[in-house]
Amino acid sequence: MQIIAQHGEIFIILACLFGFFMAWGVGANDVANAMGTSVGSKAITIKQAIIIAVIFEFLGAWLAGGEVTNTIRKGIIDPELLQDDPQLLVYGMLSALLAAGTWLLIASMKGWPVSTTHSIVGAIVGFAVAGLGAATVDWGGVGAIAASWIVSPLLAGTVAFVIFKSLHHLVFEARDPLTAAKRYLPAYVFLVGFVVAMVTMTKGLKHVGLDLSFAQSLVISVIFGLLLSAIGTWMERRVKYVESSDDHFGYANVERAFGVLMIFTACAMAFAHGSNDVANAVGPLAAVISVVQSGGDVEGAALVPWWVLVLGGGGIVVGLVTYGHKVIATVGTGITELTPSRGFAATLAAATTVVLASGTGLPISTTHTLVGAVLGVGLARGMAALNLRVIGTIAMSWLITLPAGAGLAVLFFFIFKGIFG
Amino acid sequence: MVTSNPFSAMFGRSPFQPLLAHIVKANDCADQLLPFFEASLQGDWESAAQLRENITRLEHEADVLKTELRLNLPNTMFLPVSRSDILDLISVQDKIANKVRDITGIMLGRKMRVPESLAEPMRHYMHTSVACVAQARQALEELKDLLESGFGRNVSDVMQNMIRELHTLEHQADSQQVEIRRQLFALESELPPVDVIFLYKIIDWVGELSDRAERVGSRLQILTAR
Repeated sequence: MQIIAQHGEIFIILACLFGFFMAWGVGANDVANAMGTSVGSKAITIKQAIIIAVIFEFLGAWLAGGEVTNTIRKGIIDPELLQDDPQLLVYGMLSALLAAGTWLLIASMKGWPVSTTHSIVGAIVGFAVAGLGAATVDWGGVGAIAASWIVSPLLAGTVAFVIFKSLHHLVFEARDPLTAAKRYLPAYVFLVGFVVAMVTMTKGLKHVGLDLSFAQSLVISVIFGLLLSAIGTWMERRVKYVESSDDHFGYANVERAFGVLMIFTACAMAFAHGSNDVANAVGPLAAVISVVQSGGDVEGAALVPWWVLVLGGGGIVVGLVTYGHKVIATVGTGITELTPSRGFAATLAAATTVVLASGTGLPISTTHTLVGAVLGVGLARGMAALNLRVIGTIAMSWLITLPAGAGLAVLFFFIFKGIFG
Repeated sequence: MVTSNPFSAMFGRSPFQPLLAHIVKANDCADQLLPFFEASLQGDWESAAQLRENITRLEHEADVLKTELRLNLPNTMFLPVSRSDILDLISVQDKIANKVRDITGIMLGRKMRVPESLAEPMRHYMHTSVACVAQARQALEELKDLLESGFGRNVSDVMQNMIRELHTLEHQADSQQVEIRRQLFALESELPPVDVIFLYKIIDWVGELSDRAERVGSRLQILTAR
């Protein structure tokens, strides 16, 4: 208790710094994959991608980031067991942030595959096992998170498969694909708006002060979806279609129409990413703040202060603006095989899965979810060539990131313990 | 950083582009056959040699594309069609260019001139054979739309019709071959025997050219059927 009272300020400042550092890393690296599909399919320019990312990452973090933040904060370690030594939780969370941030920096400089989610979870579990004893870890919770890492790509893949198959039947098999695309476009835009709004409102808005009933959420989501589909229709009208003689099925024009849809899914993806990944940075930060502010009470029932999520969102935005735009450009130019119709199916599936996970409070990897979604489109015979080596890379990122995050966290934990006692 | 990003690394290079580029080369190669034949009839061996050079160059370029496709198709690649079907298709395609090279090679080497009375039917026969190659190319080019539509029924119907057309053309080439052989048989006694042997060989090979074009069509059918 004494240590907390004595160094409280320093802890909060350090936590804010490390949290911001971590969020910067997420913005600099992770966002690129979330936006890459939209940029790669040429539906939006890099500049537009950055603007969309800045706005919607922030909104996602603020509106729907609460549940995952809580999981990171108190879903992995059981805080009750630390009642007598609250400072250990503070050291742990600080070292977890620093470890994950450092590891992200090293790995991205070296070009190793990493997942921010995996490194932060690894780091928290790592310091808990080494510093506090394995009994403090809520293994059931960790098990659920690990399971969600496997389930989320599979779910995204299945959803993407279904969406692309529906597109195939409704649009590409139609006698006049462009007319069909125009006809079904508002319905797909509605789907994007409805799903994101519904999941966000039923799961995540409590901490903003809005507590809506299921029926209220349903009505608002439907209205939101309809509004979006009206905007979508208006935007589609303004698309310039080009009649071309060597494109007798008119697929090039169909893809132009899907370019409009991609703008919506890009927003949804940025929102989803913000809602899930910002918690990696903000969760430990929130844990530190609640312990310090309640004067050492680890139960800290207090809500996450609103500015914490803003800080996380801000960190992502800074990361994006300072460095992330370069990565978006590289990733975007690497993905030329993805046309808007494929990008739409994959991105919508991934965004839905991630938002769903955010609502449930499960920290998952956005990149892995996207990989699953693209593979789903591939299974529906939508992609010309996919390199399955990526699955091995993902497995590697599990194997490397978890122990690396854990190891660094243990190291930092004992350093902090040495400094502050 | 670029290579390691697992996300962009998953988007492999499409093998269909080199496949299409290859049939274009093979078709260009076959297109040189008729001008070459005309030059040989005129006895203009200089321009024939020129055309033959074009053919070897195109054939070589097709070879390069074939190798490139094979090298860029690791077995971790996940494709909407069977990987081995693609490899089969490209080797069948490659044989078209090879056959054109063989025909012109022997004709130039032996300075072969088709007898006056055979010139007209031979011209038609070659024409049909080259048309087969062009038809195969056209059918293959539908592959692009087929991929874009995610293997839609509309596009595959168009492709099937083209392949059917190709069969008809090949059949036509077959009956022309029978006719030319019959005419050559009637002339046999008047011509030097060695020339006759090689004329039969050329007739045979032009037939093989259309045969190989048709086989590209059948391979394409196998590739896209599932």
